[in-house]
Amino acid sequence: MTGPVLQVENLGRRFGAFSALEGISATLGRQRITAVIGPNGAGKSTFFNLLSGALKPTSGSLRFGGRDLARVPQARFAHLGIARSYQITTVFPRLTAHENVRTALQARASRYDFWSRRDRLAGLEDRADALLDSVGLAGRRGRPAAALAHGEQRALEIAIALAADPKLLLLDEPTAGMGPEETKDMVALLHRLAEARAILLVEHKMKMILGLSERILVLHHGRLIADGSPAEIQADREVRRVYLGQSGGYGHA
Amino acid sequence: MQPLDQTVLATAPPVPRRSPLAGGALSRWRAPLSILALLALPFLLPSQALAVNVLIYGLYAVGYNLLYGYTGLLSFGHAAFFGTGAYVTGIAIGAYGLHPLAAMGLAVAAAGALALALGAVSIRSRGIYFAMVTLALAQLVYYAALQASAWTGGENGLRGFTVARIGLGRLAVDILNPLTKYFVVLAFVGAALAMISRILASPFGAVIEAIRESETRARACGFDVERTKLLAFVLSGLFCGLAGALFAIHLSIVPLDSLAYHTSGMAVVMTLVGGAGTFFGPFVGALAVLVLEDALSLWTPHWQLALGTVFILFVLFLPRGLWGTALARIGAMRGRP
Repeated sequence: MTGPVLQVENLGRRFGAFSALEGISATLGRQRITAVIGPNGAGKSTFFNLLSGALKPTSGSLRFGGRDLARVPQARFAHLGIARSYQITTVFPRLTAHENVRTALQARASRYDFWSRRDRLAGLEDRADALLDSVGLAGRRGRPAAALAHGEQRALEIAIALAADPKLLLLDEPTAGMGPEETKDMVALLHRLAEARAILLVEHKMKMILGLSERILVLHHGRLIADGSPAEIQADREVRRVYLGQSGGYGHA
Repeated sequence: MQPLDQTVLATAPPVPRRSPLAGGALSRWRAPLSILALLALPFLLPSQALAVNVLIYGLYAVGYNLLYGYTGLLSFGHAAFFGTGAYVTGIAIGAYGLHPLAAMGLAVAAAGALALALGAVSIRSRGIYFAMVTLALAQLVYYAALQASAWTGGENGLRGFTVARIGLGRLAVDILNPLTKYFVVLAFVGAALAMISRILASPFGAVIEAIRESETRARACGFDVERTKLLAFVLSGLFCGLAGALFAIHLSIVPLDSLAYHTSGMAVVMTLVGGAGTFFGPFVGALAVLVLEDALSLWTPHWQLALGTVFILFVLFLPRGLWGTALARIGAMRGRP
């Protein structure tokens, strides 16, 4: 398939009198990493919540693979092929790493089965292991998620998101709180994942974004002020004025 | 989103960190092992009536634990299902002359239907709000039973039905003998335990645990959280209704207390003292609470005060409960993290 994965048209979200997001239009194709940046309060989280179904837009439209998402409940998003991670790691803490992924896989196979054995669902055990392996957690399969290191938990969350076999993966600050070594591993992982699906991520580490993404969307006060390649964004005067310049370059935390 | 999630955490059950299925033979054979332990119970306790109570309240707490310990929903209104199970059994036998087994079936169905109605109203509220809504709804049921005294006997409770034999045709057994009665009740409880064990080991069991662990993540994975919670609520109501039905058969009266809020509290106390989110914990909790109640009420009319103190001590110092702590010790001895 070619064609766009996600079409965002004139998207907006109001909270009472406050307009968190307004007039956003963008089209995402397959197989590329797109970053969303912007100062705190720019509307990045609202944008992500709209794309993942946690919030419904108050204006504009969202289409995914040609399908209008306006009336689709959040729980259906994963089935359609949109999966996400959260800024604060959101896994199943007291289940083992393997059970985390297997349960996520179950969402497509078996949701209301009271009678089979959950550990004997055809293929799920192996697929869970393969997914753990793909994010580098093969050696941690029996550990409760809560007992994993921070970076491992972030990787586990991505494995859970991958269980939905998403065409669009939304990652909210995938390297938040990570040291340089863990960040390097994550960047390598993101490159691998982007070979097979579109990735949209929110990040604050500017250097990493410039190296990683093919395209950058810049939000400011709820509006899309720039959309282009890293080079274009770096050269954009408006962006430099509102964002990059404000903390003296690329060091914004 | 944030404050709501924190409210949920404040009422989340202190379940063991390890998943119940990761626990080897002890968890693989949990239903037969539980039944085996319960077979020995009447010979270890001072009275068979106490042993029957442990069975009935144990099943009640196990049914409650399905919702609290495994799905993570703290309900303060489960007396509604226990009491409904008991009243429907008593009324069906006493007023309509139904066969005891038919009466029990009707009672379980009624408790399930009530759970569907109360669950539909309460399931969208979370944390402490959910607890309050279930409490309020259960109080409505209590007052309805109090007012409908022509059916329920009001404050005096429901009398005038006695079950001497239970079963079908020639297979019916005389349950006036306390030990026989114990094993008849155990047959029902054992069947219920086998079913619950099966449900917990099923894909659905994995989904409710996932919801307990993180509703946000479960929804993002593609699970219909509200519908799953409602199903868990109904299942829980069905088993608590069965416990109520057995309670009616056992006592041959149904006290109005069976619908009262302290009966709801009993489920919470027994589950926590035994170990929320463990399979056999609620039975251990029922045993501990009932034995304590028995012993304390001989000494002092203020036994509830002492029981309350014990409960607070458990919450503070042994949050995983007796059985949950024992399982954690066994796990540690096996060299698990």
